[in-house]
Formats: sequence, structure tokens, C-alpha cells
Amino acid sequence: MGDYIVLAISCILINNILLAQYLGNCPFLGTSKKMETAVGMAMAVVFVLVLAGVITWIVNTFILQRFGLEYLRTLSFILVIAALVQFVEMFLKKSIPALYAGLGIFLPLITTNCAVMGVCLINVNEEYTFLQALVTSFSYAVGFGLALILFAGVRERILLARVPKPLQDTSIALVTAGILSLTFFAFKGMV
Amino acid sequence: MIEAILVMFGIGAACGLTLSVASKVFYVYEDPRIAEVEWHMAGANCGGCGYAGCSAAAVAVVEGKAPPSACVITDTESAINIAAIMGVDPGSAEALISSNTCLGGNRADDKYHYMGVNSCQALDAFYGGKRVCSIGCLGLGDCIKACNFDAIAIGPNGYPVVDENKCVGCGACEKVCPKNILTVRTMSQRLLHFNEEDDALAPCRQTCPAEIDIPLYISQIKDGDYEGAVHTIRERNPLLLSCGRVCPHPCESYCRRSIEDEPVSINQLKRFVADLEMNSGKRLPIPCAPDTGKRIAVVGGGPAGLSCAYFLRRLGHEVTIYEAMPEMGGIIRYGIPEYRLPQKVLAWEIEGILNLGIEHHTNMRLGVDFDLDSLITKGFDAIFLGVGAWNDYNLKIEGEDLKGSFKGIDFLSRVASGEKVPIGRRAAVIGGGNSAIDCVRTLVRLGAKEVYIVYRRTRKEMPANEVEIVAAEHEGIKFHFLAAPVSVVGDDNGNVTHLEYLKMELGEPDASGRRRPVTIEGSETLMEIDMLITAIGQTPDVSFTQKERRLEDLEITRWKTIDNNPETLQSSIPYIFTGGDSATGPSLVVTAIGGGRRAAASIHQYLSGEPVEPPEKSLFQKHIKESIFDSVDGVKKTPRAEMPELEVKERIKSMDEVDLVLDEKDAIYESKRCLSCCRLCYNRDEIAQSN
Ligand SMILES: Cc1cc2nc3c(=O)[nH]c(=O)nc-3n(C[C@H](O)[C@H](O)[C@H](O)COP(=O)(O)OP(=O)(O)OC[C@H]3O[C@@H](n4cnc5c(N)ncnc54)[C@H](O)[C@@H]3O)c2cc1C
Ligand code: SF4
Repeated sequence: MGDYIVLAISCILINNILLAQYLGNCPFLGTSKKMETAVGMAMAVVFVLVLAGVITWIVNTFILQRFGLEYLRTLSFILVIAALVQFVEMFLKKSIPALYAGLGIFLPLITTNCAVMGVCLINVNEEYTFLQALVTSFSYAVGFGLALILFAGVRERILLARVPKPLQDTSIALVTAGILSLTFFAFKGMV
Repeated sequence: MIEAILVMFGIGAACGLTLSVASKVFYVYEDPRIAEVEWHMAGANCGGCGYAGCSAAAVAVVEGKAPPSACVITDTESAINIAAIMGVDPGSAEALISSNTCLGGNRADDKYHYMGVNSCQALDAFYGGKRVCSIGCLGLGDCIKACNFDAIAIGPNGYPVVDENKCVGCGACEKVCPKNILTVRTMSQRLLHFNEEDDALAPCRQTCPAEIDIPLYISQIKDGDYEGAVHTIRERNPLLLSCGRVCPHPCESYCRRSIEDEPVSINQLKRFVADLEMNSGKRLPIPCAPDTGKRIAVVGGGPAGLSCAYFLRRLGHEVTIYEAMPEMGGIIRYGIPEYRLPQKVLAWEIEGILNLGIEHHTNMRLGVDFDLDSLITKGFDAIFLGVGAWNDYNLKIEGEDLKGSFKGIDFLSRVASGEKVPIGRRAAVIGGGNSAIDCVRTLVRLGAKEVYIVYRRTRKEMPANEVEIVAAEHEGIKFHFLAAPVSVVGDDNGNVTHLEYLKMELGEPDASGRRRPVTIEGSETLMEIDMLITAIGQTPDVSFTQKERRLEDLEITRWKTIDNNPETLQSSIPYIFTGGDSATGPSLVVTAIGGGRRAAASIHQYLSGEPVEPPEKSLFQKHIKESIFDSVDGVKKTPRAEMPELEVKERIKSMDEVDLVLDEKDAIYESKRCLSCCRLCYNRDEIAQSN
């Protein structure tokens, strides 16, 4: 049990997918202008990432490894994740329309997100067990959400600040992201 | 290798199969219109519309939660296409455009030196800004940061300028502006706006009964944007050629420049751009909102009726005008004589209005040729009554109907219809208003040798336009003030020979401080004349109300006007609206035009099922106290541009137009005299330059 907690903490804080590994940058900059969008995006990522982590683990263990075709990982993962997201979208629309309305456009947007892809590959590279893969996928997603929401909060404040012309908008956002990631470095060495 | 291909193929096939099964199992009926609507949207998933992406917006449109114009990026055409898919009124499919109402908050004085955060919202949090002006632009450009489309920039004068080609009307700038300086409106919304207490209004603009944005059109003239000036005027006044000639310009009396100097020649500038358009031979296009399918009948084709029809048409309604006389125009066609407003000019102006697609029928008098019942059967949704005030008052003295005795409007309209009215040698006109002056000046031109004005009070009290009185004096009219007619004397053949009147003197001041004239006993005087015109005022002719049951509930006031709510112009019958002289009693052309727009706005509310009421903070026939100054510093006296006019000797020989138009050089000179006022601020820099 303790192991899983350590694993979760390291995924959320220490190896934060956004701020420590710098994966999934486009939605990080694109959907962090407004708190509302950031929250929606974070939820969608949790949802998709958990499903993708699980399914790619299964594909890897039961198909690729069995036939010794590990080099096809990236290709097959893309295919599987894309189909999965489409499937989930249809399923939600029919069965849980309320959830569908909430996650709205965010679902298709993260189909081929590098954070999703990255986590799936990490799971496989680290040779996690099924349960471990489940925990890491969930935790990485939570870490993504945490960073995104923190960042959106900061960006909303920045709107009120006096930013020198050449640094406005995306430039200042990147600088901010850098500082935010420095603060996450403080977690390094915790476990 | 074979294995790899087989496995990939297997995974692909499995995914495909699952998805196709899923699409069957999880099939949800989706309105096919959603896909069609989405096709017309930009597909950028930008969220500018307030929905989570284009498909969500398309759903909202199909569910009727969003207007066809929801997408902020596409053009009007797509909105119209979407409206067509939905089969709804595309009225809302008009482009939204942001515009800035403040022409330079920087010109107001500073209250303190601000060194805080570079944001209007932050600055606004401190005492509402750093300037003494409580409503003006703060100039730190929150709107610029908010605009995702790069459509706003700070202009040379330190306030935001909107690039209309880039603006998509998303409303982001309006949301961040703490001062309501940037407003995102459709054309219809702009046409429907009336002055409000917290608008950025110059004193002249508060005074104009048509609420024209005067400083804006003057600054457009200054910048050489004459077309822009015409458009600005047309947003409030469709009769700019006529008003530019006959308006007594109440705005000029409140011009801030007049506190230290002569007022800006506001009306001459209007005439300058209006004439320019006419003489260019090319009509500037006037945009109209998409059709709404509502139909309105306008009774009376005078300024009020024309203005109401024009604004309703621009709002997308279908309008039909019914006019009693053979020609449209009302008093400005049949009362105001040719030498003040040539019929050719008026005809050109009216044609432009009717060209918008307004149907009109002349020689159709309500109560005689048709009745209200027939309008209702024809399926009109609302009715505007702008029948003017054409019934001349009687003097109620003996001999009034002898041969050679006329009534003002009757005389003028017969002359204007081209009838040869017998003109005497010595003619007297009783009255002191515009009609009286128009009668005397017409008489002089038609060959009368001696023309008198007989008026009960003194020159100071004459209600006619000052310039008109001066022109009449120049043309050799003799004025008899303080004279009260008692009878008209005739010879055996029943022809007028004399007018008998009593002399008066000014008595003690009454409660209002005015000295009332009182008759001097035994001062009867005979004046030798062979023609007499009484022009002592008019009332509306509302005889049509007695002709049908339906109109029994239409309340009429003591002055024979149609009773109405002065701000909404709705009558006692909810679907009947009125305006112009028939609502206010004899007044001005601009008042009738303003009333026409007011009634159009109320009719628009009525037809959209909204309550018919004025805006909450409406500024109607009032001034904003803080904007009326006692003194203006820094104004150097510069004479007003002289209006050219025909020589007196020349002009009394014909009906040719007397007042001429400013030339371009003078117009630009005059436009530079404008201080570009708002509530508190005015153009000091400009003054400094001209010094
Ligand atoms: C001689 C004179 C000079 C003036 N000079 C000036 C001036 O210099 N500047 C200024 O600002 N104002 C001036 N005015 C005032 C100005 O002309 C009026 O205030 C203005 O025309 C009012 O417009 P209206 O549309 O309300 O009425 P009108 O112009 O009177 O139009 C009413 C129309 O309704 C029609 N009508 C009437 N009854 C019926 C019916 N039963 N059925 C169908 N149609 C009907 C009439 O034929 C007419 O065309 C002057 C007025 C007069 C009389
Ligand atoms: S100076 Fe210009 S803006 Fe100011 S009151 Fe006169 S006309 Fe209006």
C-alpha cells in the first residue's frame, strides 16, 4: 500500500508530467487563459489518461510482448487511444449526457496529446504491473490538472500586471511556467 | 515482418469493428440541422461565442438558445445561411461592431498622478480613474489586451480606435472596459439607442431633438471623411438636406463655444456634407437589417412619417406610407416655400428614403379614401399616425371670409402646388411664427408691392426663426407690432379693403415675468389692404377619428393632438403610435424626425413582444447639469464662417434658393472651430494650436 502512495506522490509532485517532464505543453498554454476552461480540461485529462493507461498496458502485455513486437508500441498506441477516445465519446453521449456536456470539446482535443502518449510509454518502459500502471496514469493526470489549474490562476493575475511589451502574452506565460516548474523542483529528492 | 503487419492489421480491424458496432449501439438521434449549422461556423473551436467549441455552439443555435449570429468569426453571410437553415427570423443575424464613444478622455484635467498598475480596471478601482471626467476613456488599453483579433489600437489621440474590418463583435473589449466606452452593437441596436444620463454627450448633442452625434460628424468633416459624416447624420436623421436648410438649430444655442465666442455653425456643416452627396450624383448606400416579416402602415408622409418609415425599414420591417396630398413631404413640401427648400432637393431626398424599399400611396386620406379597418384587414401589425397640424386657427373676427382673405397653410400649400393664387398690391399677414414669415416672403416674391406683418406682441416674442425675421426685414417687409386685429372691412363686392386693429402696450409683468400686452382704449386704426392672410397657428386635423368605431378609443387632447406618452409616443390604443406635429402640436422638423425614430423604436419593441417603455436612464428633453458650463478657458475668438446668400435685390424677384452652401475651405475652417466636447472635456490642444 505504502508503495502505491509513494508512487502517486512522485507522479503528482516530483515527476509532474507538465512541470518536470514538460510533456503536454500545447494544452498547458492553450487552455490556461481561463480558470473555467482549465478545470474542464483537467477533468477530461484524468478521464482519458486513466482509460488510455489501462488499455495500452493490456495491448502491450497481451499482444505486443507476446509476439515480440515491442517496436510497434508508438504506432499501435496511437491507433488504440484514438479509437478509445472516439468510443468513449459515443458512449458518454448516449449513456451519461451530463458528463458529455461537461467535458464537451476537450475529449477529442486530447486524443493525441503527448502527455497521454508519454504516460502510456512510461508505464510500459518502467514495466509496471497493471495496478501500478493504473495508479501512475491516474496520478500523472492529477498532476497535470494541478499544474494547469495553478497556472491558470497565475495567468489570470498576470492580466492585471504591468508587463513590458516584448514579454506580453505567450512570452510571459512561458517565463511563468519556468518559475512554476522551478518551485516544483523543491520536491526533488523527497522520496 | 509478416507478424507485425498481421498484428497491426488485427488491432486496426478490432478498433474499426468496435467503433462501428458502438456507433450502432450508442446511436443518439441528432438533429441533422446541427451538422448543417456547424458547417457554416468557422470551425476554429475558439470559444469566442461562449460555448465549448463549434459543435456545442451549433447545438445551442439549433436548440434556439443562441442566435444565428452566434459565431463571432464568420461574416454576416454565414449568419444569414444559418438563419435560413433554422427558418428563423435572421433579424439578429446582423454583424456586431465595436465602437468607441469617447473621443478623447485625455483632454479632461488630471485629478492626481497615477503610478499604479497599467490597467484600466485597476485604475478605475481608485476613485473611478485619474481624470475629473467620470465617464471618459482611461486610456490604458485593457480593451486592446482583451481583443483576440487585433482589432483595437490606441489611436494618435490616446483613445482606442476600432478597426471595423478586423472586429468580429465578440464583445471581449466591452466586458473589460470599466467605463462603457467601448460598446459592441449591431446597426439596429445603434439605431434604437436614445440618449441616456451616463452617455458621453456633448451639450449640442443633448439638445438636438434628433440626438445626432454632432461632435463626431464635425470631426469627420475635419478629417475629410465626408461620407462618414453623412452616415453619422443618417443614423439619426434621414432628412439631412432639408434640415440642413430649414432647421433653426437649437443645438447651436447650447454650443459650448458660444459661451466665449460665436457658436459653431453646426447646421451649415450638415448642409455642406448633405449637398456634397447630392451633387456627387451618387447615393451612399444605406444598410438595412434583414427582413423581419412585420408590416407597419404609416399614415402621413411628412417628416415624422418619413423618419418613422425610414427607421422601421432599416430595422428590417416592411413599411407602407399613406399620404393625403399628391406629393410626399408634408409641410416641408407644401408649407416651407421653394426659396428656402427647393422642391428638387426635397424630391431627391425623399426618393432616397423610398428607395430603401418603402411602399407609398399618395392621394390617400385617412377617414376619406381609406379607414383603419381596411389597414387591419390588410394585416398591418402596427400603425403610425403622423398627420401633422394643418388646420389653421380662425381669428374669430368679423369679415374673415371676404374675398382676398386667406389662411396661412392653405395659401402656402396652394402656391406650392403650383396654383396661380391672385396676389394683391398691399397685403397684411397676421401672426409672428414661421408660417407668417413664409407668407410675407412669398408674397414679396409673387409681386405684392407693400407687405405688412401684424403681430400682437413685440419682435422679441416672435416665435419664428431669428434668421427668417432678419431675412424678412432685409426684404423690405414692414412690421406692425403690438397690434390686435378687430375686424376686416370689405367693399360692396365683398373684397377686402381694410384691416381694423387696436394698438396695444406692454402692461405689468405677470407671474411668469413676461409683460402682457394690453389694448389701448380707443386706439382703433384702419390699415388699407387688398389681401389678408391669417397665420396664427394650426392644430392637427383629427376629423378621421369620428368616422369609425375602432378609433373611438383614440384619445385626443384639448389642443386636438393625439394623446400619447411623450417618450414612447404610444397612443391610448396600444398598436397605434404617433409623432411630429400631431403628437406635440406645431413644432420643428427635427422634432418630428426625432419623434419618428422614437415611435419606430417603440413599434419595434411592441412588435418584438417587449414592454413599450423608454430606457431606464433616459435623458429626454433634459440636460446633464455638469455639462453646462459658465466659462470655457483657452478659447480664442474666431469668427464663424459666413453663410453665402443671394443678394436681396436678386432674390425677391424669384423663388430661387436664398441661402447657399459653404465651400469646402470654409467648411473645414468651421469644423476646426468645434471643441469636440463631451461632458466635461473639450479640445484644449486644438485651441492651443489655433492660437
Ligand atoms: C409655414 C411653416 C414653416 C415652417 N418652417 C419651419 C422651419 O423653418 N424649420 C423647422 O424646423 N420647422 C418649420 N416648421 C414646422 C415643421 O414644418 C413641422 O413641425 C413638421 O413639418 C412636422 O412634421 P409632421 O410630419 O409631423 O407633419 P407634416 O409635415 O404636417 O406632415 C403630415 C402629413 O400627413 C398628411 N396627412 C394629414 N392628414 C392625413 C390623413 N388623414 N391621411 C393621410 N395623410 C394625412 C399631410 O398631407 C402631410 O403630408 C414650419 C411649419 C410651417 C407651417
Ligand atoms: S463646440 Fe462642437 S461639440 Fe462643443 S457644443 Fe459646440 S458643436 Fe458641440
